[in-house]
Amino acid sequence: MLPSLNVVLDSLPFLLQGTLNTAAIVLGAMLLGLALGVVMAVGLVYGSRPVRWLLELYVWFFRGVPVIVLLFLFYYGLFTWLGLHISAVLSMALILGLTTGAYQANIFRGAILSLPRGQFRAASALGMSDLQAIRAIVLPQILRLSIPAWSNEYSIILKDSALAFVIGAPEIMARTQFVASRTYQHLPLYLTAGLLYYLLTWLGVAGLRRLERTMRIPGYTHQDMP
Amino acid sequence: MDLSPFYQDLFTSLNRGLLMSLALIVPSAAGGVAIGVFAGAVRVFGRPWMRRLGDGYAALFRGTPLVVQLFVLYFGLPNLGLYLSPYAAAVIGFVLCSGAYQSEYVRGALLSIKSGQYHGAQALGFTGWQTIRWIIVPQAFRRSLHGCGNEIVYLIKYSSLAYVVTCMELTGEGKTIAAEYFRFTEVFAVIGLYYLALVTVAILLLKRLEQRLAIPGFGQH
Amino acid sequence: MTAATTPILRVENLTKCYGATCILKGASLTLGKGEIKVLIGPSGGGKSTLLQCLNCLVQPDSGEIWLDGVRIDLQSKPDLYRLRQQVGMIFQDFNLFDHLSALDNITIALRKVKKAGRREAEERARIELDQVGLGDKGHLYPAQLSGGQKQRVAIARALAMDPKVLLLDEPTSALDPELIGEVIAVIRNLAAQGMTMIMATHQISLIATLADEILFMAGGDIVEQGSPARLLAPGNTSKSQGFCDRLNEISDGG
Repeated sequence: MLPSLNVVLDSLPFLLQGTLNTAAIVLGAMLLGLALGVVMAVGLVYGSRPVRWLLELYVWFFRGVPVIVLLFLFYYGLFTWLGLHISAVLSMALILGLTTGAYQANIFRGAILSLPRGQFRAASALGMSDLQAIRAIVLPQILRLSIPAWSNEYSIILKDSALAFVIGAPEIMARTQFVASRTYQHLPLYLTAGLLYYLLTWLGVAGLRRLERTMRIPGYTHQDMP
Repeated sequence: MDLSPFYQDLFTSLNRGLLMSLALIVPSAAGGVAIGVFAGAVRVFGRPWMRRLGDGYAALFRGTPLVVQLFVLYFGLPNLGLYLSPYAAAVIGFVLCSGAYQSEYVRGALLSIKSGQYHGAQALGFTGWQTIRWIIVPQAFRRSLHGCGNEIVYLIKYSSLAYVVTCMELTGEGKTIAAEYFRFTEVFAVIGLYYLALVTVAILLLKRLEQRLAIPGFGQH
Repeated sequence: MTAATTPILRVENLTKCYGATCILKGASLTLGKGEIKVLIGPSGGGKSTLLQCLNCLVQPDSGEIWLDGVRIDLQSKPDLYRLRQQVGMIFQDFNLFDHLSALDNITIALRKVKKAGRREAEERARIELDQVGLGDKGHLYPAQLSGGQKQRVAIARALAMDPKVLLLDEPTSALDPELIGEVIAVIRNLAAQGMTMIMATHQISLIATLADEILFMAGGDIVEQGSPARLLAPGNTSKSQGFCDRLNEISDGG
């Protein structure tokens, strides 16, 4: 047991550096997903028929194709074919961002649809344009409402980021593999990697819960919605 | 229409991979549901230590990446002298992971049943078992159908991870042939379509089943 | 109305405590065949707990229960199941089975608990539904029924089991005012047919006109007991009278 413990402790700094890359991937993906998700949700609810049709197609595609297939399709396929030199970390963030964007579009769409119609009508009655109404009235509410679902997305994306080793990004999983292949201490090393991911999940979810609490509006719960 | 040798090769390999994918998905889905129902019930009705064990199991397998779990099973267990075949490692990994998620949905469904339903049954003279069998289970089943069905759809996608433990399903076969002909874009575009087809069919079946079993007013709360 | 032989239900010294608080402090009563006793009193006085102890949905800490002269062993599960088959209960929240139609709500107990055959059960269920005026609504699900209809189905369900005693725990408290009437009508009907009942209620009309005896409960004890004629006579200063006066003020007089 002792040699494996030593190996784990020795390689810990190396693994932890991978955490930085993991964090970069997850952060990039979640932000991209947020931007895409909000824009697409607005399009899905308020857009014209062809717009909605296209967005539904996007959502269908990115919710139906596995991440690992997307990795091969984009990183080894499209990017190479188009001669684009995008780093593995950036590619991972991009691909995960596109994927989570599809899921977040659905989350935000659901949140928008759950708002009482009166909110939008009141804004229009006050003379706001559609865009202003969306930015000032709809978005602040749905963003708060969606924090739990968003937190769930975060934990999914964090776990998906472990697939980055397939395209050689030096994050936690890749580094663990590197050490394991040299020391043959697979079990303790992969268990450690699992522990790292678990901690990162827990931290992120706790942080988001804290955020939800600080952004809470007194008396405003989803249940109050008719 | 005569397909070029590449496409002939492609579809032969992919169809072979598809069979392996199905061989992975079906038992994993069944096993996942079975474990999910058992663990979900334990997490609701079990004694405190049993509930904690169940909660711990779910937290562990939902809080860590499936890839890591598969690596532990396939590459890690040999350190302890346990050697699993790629297929066995993949299925065990999928069952344990999916089971954890399923137990969440089952647990949620069981908890959503109002205590009044138990009281009504008891007052009529139902035994504990009869209450569970005739009153609780039918309701919990309907309430968990959507979540559990969705989880199976996720499983279809995540079956692609069997590739990382060298089990040759759709993705694995695709990688081989794409590397051979160096036509990644085409190969994986086609693979993408295969998965889209599987997922879409599964979603349609789920929707059909939900409609069949729908009871007026019996929605998800 | 005099019960010449053994009472249908006899209860002695039921107590129920949750930790330091005792909801029920040694309640005793007897019920003869065809008698109707009404429990009244402030919330938290123990009425609901007493009713739930009578069919052991809540396990009493101590006390004895005799049903039709037979002592019930409160520790024996089979005894309890048999007790509940013979004692019906109507809940404030109806507790209809949400996944079953009105008809099936009635047949399921007949088939699973009394082991009746499917056709027998359905015939009996239809008869009971007719009796409460819902003969044409058997195929509807609880979510499609109004509160008053739900309670009537609940009553039909309990009656289909041929109970010796019917316990009613605030049967109209969860109903909108305009729906109370239909349920009261059904209860009156039952009384006219000689059903033995114990009822906890705030409904003045039921208290005053149906009760053979009123039991006023407060703080876990039966504080006052007597016939409506005696307790509710005009000019009377009984606690029951005081309580009913307050109820009269709140409602529109029944």
